[in-house]
Formats: sequence, C-alpha cells, structure tokens
Amino acid sequence: MEALTWTGSLGNILNPMLSIGAAVFAVSVIIQIVLSFFAPAMTLQSNADGTLMKRGGALGMFETMTKVFFFATLAICVLYLVCGVVMPYGSTGIVGAMAKQFTPVWIALILTFVTSITFKRRLGLYGKLFDSIIGMIGFGLVMFWIFTAIFAGLFDMIATHDPVQQISGLKNKLPGVPMPEGDERFPHYLLGGDNLARDIFSRMVYGSTIVIAIAPLATIFAFMVGITLGLPAGFYGGRLDTILSFLANLILAFPVILLFYLLVTPEIVATGIPSYMAAFLFVFPIVFFAVSLNSRFYTQPSKRNPMLIVILGALTWLYLSMISQSGTVLNFLPPAADLFDVDGGILVVFVSVVFVNSPTVFRIVRGLALDLRTRDYVAAAQTRGEGAWYIMLWEILPNARGPLIVDFCLRIGYTTILLGTLGFFGLGLPPESPDWGSTINEGRKLLLIYVHPPLPPAIALLSLVLGLNLLADGLREESLKD
Amino acid sequence: MGLFILRRVGVMLLTALCLTFIVFWLTNLYPNLEKLAKTQGNFRMSDEAVTSYLTNRGYQQALPVKYGQWLGVLPGYVIEGSDGEVRSRCEEGKTFCGVIQGDWGFSTVFKDNVSTIVSTRLGATGKLMFWVMMVMVPGALLIGVLAGMREGSGTDRTLSTASIVSTATPEYVSGVILIAVLGTKVIIDWDTIPFKGSATSAIDDANFENFFLPVITIALYGMGYIARMTRASMTEVMTAQYIRTARLKGVSFPKIVIRHALRNALIAPFTVIMLQFPWLLNGVVIVETLFNYKGFGWTLVEAARNNDIELLLGVSIVSVFVVLVTQLISDIGYVFLNPRIRIS
Repeated sequence: MEALTWTGSLGNILNPMLSIGAAVFAVSVIIQIVLSFFAPAMTLQSNADGTLMKRGGALGMFETMTKVFFFATLAICVLYLVCGVVMPYGSTGIVGAMAKQFTPVWIALILTFVTSITFKRRLGLYGKLFDSIIGMIGFGLVMFWIFTAIFAGLFDMIATHDPVQQISGLKNKLPGVPMPEGDERFPHYLLGGDNLARDIFSRMVYGSTIVIAIAPLATIFAFMVGITLGLPAGFYGGRLDTILSFLANLILAFPVILLFYLLVTPEIVATGIPSYMAAFLFVFPIVFFAVSLNSRFYTQPSKRNPMLIVILGALTWLYLSMISQSGTVLNFLPPAADLFDVDGGILVVFVSVVFVNSPTVFRIVRGLALDLRTRDYVAAAQTRGEGAWYIMLWEILPNARGPLIVDFCLRIGYTTILLGTLGFFGLGLPPESPDWGSTINEGRKLLLIYVHPPLPPAIALLSLVLGLNLLADGLREESLKD
Repeated sequence: MGLFILRRVGVMLLTALCLTFIVFWLTNLYPNLEKLAKTQGNFRMSDEAVTSYLTNRGYQQALPVKYGQWLGVLPGYVIEGSDGEVRSRCEEGKTFCGVIQGDWGFSTVFKDNVSTIVSTRLGATGKLMFWVMMVMVPGALLIGVLAGMREGSGTDRTLSTASIVSTATPEYVSGVILIAVLGTKVIIDWDTIPFKGSATSAIDDANFENFFLPVITIALYGMGYIARMTRASMTEVMTAQYIRTARLKGVSFPKIVIRHALRNALIAPFTVIMLQFPWLLNGVVIVETLFNYKGFGWTLVEAARNNDIELLLGVSIVSVFVVLVTQLISDIGYVFLNPRIRIS
C-alpha cells in the first residue's frame, strides 16, 4: 500500500480554490473591520414603489463580499467531505478517508437537522435554535461529537484501529502511513502513529466517548448541587446565605490546579477522601427529586407515596452502587446488589470536577433566586399558602430556566476544558486512556520534533468547546427574543 | 467606605486561614507524609523507619498543633529523635517561627527557603503577567469597542465570533497549536523558525523570540472574555441619550466613539479585567508547564507533585492573596469609577 496524501487527486482541483476563497475572505474581513470605523453606517432607503433598499456604500459591499466568500469557502469544505464519502477509498486522501469513516455520523446529523428544521415551530426553544446560523453551527459541532461518541462507544464504528493497540514500525509515523505488509486490518494510520505506535485517529475518536460520557453528567450533578443549595440561600437569605456563600467563595478562591493536585493524587485516593466526597455530593440529586416531588404532590398521598417509593428506591440503589466501589474505603454492597463499578480513576475525576463546578452554579442560582423572589407570582403562591420548597422548585426554578440552560451549555464546555486540564497534568485517568487531555499531554513532550500526535485531540477539544459556546450564544440570542 | 474595606479584609483573612488549613490538612494526610519520607529518605524504607523519620521531624504531632506552629502562634517543636539527635523547628534562640514571624519554612524539593523561592519565581511570573496584560488589555478593549459600536453589523458578528473562539480555546490547546505552527518547520516551511517553543531561556533574557508564544497563549484565552464584556457595555452606552444628542449635533462618528462613548464604556470591563487575575493564574500554571518557564506556576506544579508541604502552603497563600486582593480592588475601583454607586 502507498502512503496517503492529505487530499489525494481531489486536491489538485479543490486546494487552489480553497486557498483563494479563504484568502479573499480573510482580506475582506480585515478591510471591513477597518472600514467600519470610518465609513458611514448602512441605512435603509425607501423607494417610491414601496420597496426598501439597503444603501451600504463601500462598507456594505465588503459585508456582502465577506458573506459570499464565507459561504463559498464553507461550500468547498463540504465538497471535500462529500467527495470523500462518495468516491472510492484512497482517491481522496486522508481527508476523504476520514470523511468516509464518519459516514454514520453524517447520516445521523442530516436526519437530525432535517427533522428539527421541518418541525421547528412546534419544538419551543429548541426549534428556535434553528433560526440562528451561529446556533445551528454550534449545535452541529456538538451533535457531531455526540454521534461520534455514540457510534464509537456503543457500536464500535468509525474508529479504524484499537485505541491502545501498538503496531510495531509505526511509531511517530506521519499521517497517512500504510500498515506493514501483510497486515489484514484497516490499510492506513489516517492521522499517523503516536510515540507508542498507536493510531492517533482512533484514539481521538475514542477520546470523545470519555468526554461525552463525563462532561454532561458531571455538569448535571454540579447543577443539582448548586440548585439544591442556591435556591434556599437566595430565597431565605440571612445567616444560611452568609455561610453558604462563604463556603462557595472559599472553594472559588482556590487555584483549580492546586485543588486537583490535592484531590486527585493516588495518595489522597488511598485515604478515601474522594469516596467520601462522592458519597456527599451524589446525595444531592436524591434530595432534589425527593423534595421537589414531595412539595408538589404532598396533598395527594395516594399518588405521592408510590411515586416517591419507586423513584427514590431506584435512585438510592443507583447511588449506593455508584459510591460502593471494590478497592476503596466504601465497599459495603454485596457484589450481587452492586449494579456497576465505575473505574476508580474516572470516579475521582468526576467528583473533583463536580466539586469545582458547583460553587459557580450555586452563585448563579442564588443570584437568580434573589431576583425572582420579589416577583408577583411568588407573592401569589405565598398567599395561596404554598410551602417554601414548592415556591422555590416549582415557581422560581422554572422561571429561571433561560439563563440556566445557557449556562448549562457553557458549563459543559468549561467542564470539558477542566477534564482536559486534568489529563494535561496527567492526573486521575490512567496514562493509556485515549481521552483528549491525556493524549495532548503525551504528545506535547515531543512537540518540537513530532507535531502530529497532539494536534488532532487539541482540535477535537477546541471544536467541541467551541460548539458548546456557539450553541449557548445562539440559545441566549433566541431566548432574549421572547 | 472604611468599614466596608475593613469587613472585606476581615473576610479575606478568614478565607486565607480556612484555605491554608485545608491545604495543610490535605498535605499532612498520612499517605502523603509517607511519600514525603520515602522521597526524602529512601524508597525502600520500612514502615518503622518511616514512622521514626516522621516523628523525629515533628510530622507526627496533632494537626492543629502543627498548623499553629506553621502559623507562628504556637512554639516550634524541639524533639529529641530516636537516633539521639535533637531537632527543632526554629533556629537557635527563637521559640516562635511561623508565617506571622516571616519564616515561611524550608522547601524539601529545592532545598531553599520558601520565601526566597516564592519571591524569585513570583518575579519571573510577574514579568510574564506584565507582558500578558500589555497584549491582552489593549487588544481586548479594541476588539470589544469595535464590535460594540455598531451592534449587529458585519464587524460585530465577525469579532464576536472571534472572541467566542478565543474563549473556547484553553491554553493547552492554543499553546500546542501555536508551537506547531510558529515554533516548528512542520506545518509551515519557515526559512528560519520565527519563535521558540520553549521559554526556559526567557527567565534571564526575555526577548521577542522566546517570550512571544507564552505571552500570546495566555493573552488569547482571556482576551475573548474581556472583549465580550467590553462589547456588551459599549452597545449599552451607544444607545444612551447623550450619544444621540452628540449625533444630532453633527459630531463625526469616530469622535463620538472616542470622546463620548469610550470613557463610560470602559467602567464595566475594569471589574472584569481585575477578576481575570485568578483565571490568569490558572493559565500561568498551564503555560509555564507547557513552555517550561520556571516561574510561579511551574513551582506550584513541582511542589504539588513532590508534596513539598511548606512550599505548597507558601504558594497557596500567595495565590489566595492575589485572588482576594484583586476582588477587593475591583469592588473598590468600581465604586470610585462609577459615581452612581454608593456604599451605605
């Protein structure tokens, strides 16, 4: 087999087009920014026949040009991917081969977008997202990695090789290197081999499963903790608020990396502190559900009792099997009753990320509750004689959902960055784990000689976080329009 | 105002006490002490040897006692060890030696006084931070003002998207990409490589070649956030009455922006810039590790890796101090800059 080039024969036609398109786009953006300071603003002129005309002058011309060339560049990029999927393997180079590997993701993405756009008027805030281009781009990037994680993690698709398997002779080889003769597996290392001769492309793909599994879940837990503590702090105020705010500020004043070093080292894990912290932090979801259901249905005991028993029973069982780990200080469930054992390293990482995130969520929720408790509907509920927890969870919380949803997206991105930071310092996750932070850490040590190993995970992490930030921006914009 | 500052300083001291106690507690857990004994003594120590090593050096005292000694409110230990040698925490003739007395202890990794290490490293990081600020603040303000002066225009959209991209790029990603592109010949075939991918030499002799990449890496991450805050405040100012009045008077657009809008639009970003310091501290740790620049953040990582208790405590005091003081300054500065706010 021959080594693959980046774009194969397709590049002869498309590469010049792409570089011209991108160059013109960049130049017109710069001119437009400089002009915007001096040129008169664009105005609307109403014509005699009742139509409106945009009068932009030079600035308007450059704005149109920027737009046109942006979409042209985008179209060429899409063309690379489409050709890669359609044309036979090898003729479209590394980019095409990667596009072909991602085929299930493309199909899933197209299906999602088509159905969502068709029914967008019936889908509430989610549907409104498809009115903003920024929001759609962000949503697309996020869904790309979610689908990648699902297809790679559950169905073993997309990845070309085993993420931890080493193939001798391919150590630090450049992207597109072919397999040794007579090897029956996938014919190339698409993005080259790392310093232990593992396939970088497959490691990047499997890395997404770890991030997509941990980051949203950790953020949800942080939100449960932050909401359960922040609502009463903002609603009641007083001494409770003072104490809780002091504790939150205490954690926030810690340099995050110092905290990670203090919590995630093997010595600390041996003392069992992370296990106790897990036991403490994971109680909050149970408290949250118990209180919110009870406050809503306590007037109908016949409905509430079975509901509480079923939901709390299931949650408690999950909780117990989550915190009871073989090999740590908390190991009390018999193996038959223990539903699952989370890998020790992942649990520690999870706990510390939740711990770092919850004070910020607490502060946001507290601020929102402080603001919303003076509203009329709260006064009305108080007059009706509703309990405090009912007001907090069923009156204040739903009305705070807008900012919270936006912050949720941003916070998943921040959690992803934190996970990468942990990996970057080699903390928590096992060293051979394919998560992006660890892979960047592995690759940076030889960065001045071999550039290609750390770049794919770095770009992957960047695109996921960027997608989440754009998504949050789109959601904020659309929710403000109401 | 005086009472307000006094109360804030009180809360600050309490926070610093709590934080150092937490660090003290976590670093003094037995497995950590065992590791310390083994790295300082030898790795094949028996359990008894570890215990006697720790007892002889005062590590086996009760936690509050040790903390009190470190703080300088309890007399330092004098222990006659099992090997007959008498070790004491303080120098001859002193009973109290702790942070309050200005004695920060001795680093077990660097074999030097903590105060010397912290001050030299802090100087190195100060140099880095100075240049970061010089790049980040004007750049971010310029981007924010340009984006915010015409809300919704093409420039606004382009620059806002650019600032979102910069906030979405953590230092370890942008650092790796920047080194790959500007520090090696692999991606762009430079005749001479423009920048160095390592800043080790910048400690003594910082120049454009070895200092540009670390500075720009930290600056980029903070820039987007400040720019977005500036944009938000600028768009708000541009809709104000006095701007409309200026327009109706026929003042030219550049003059409106520079004379009338800018000053009021820069109040809010001031707070944000001050509150960026704690974040920058994080970035400093990552960038100093990535570029091997032996400053404060690098020291933090080394101290944490080797469980160097007293150095770690010194480092955490300084960083907590930085965080809390910047919060205080941002609160006070906001009151001074914005006459509409008065603290009763």
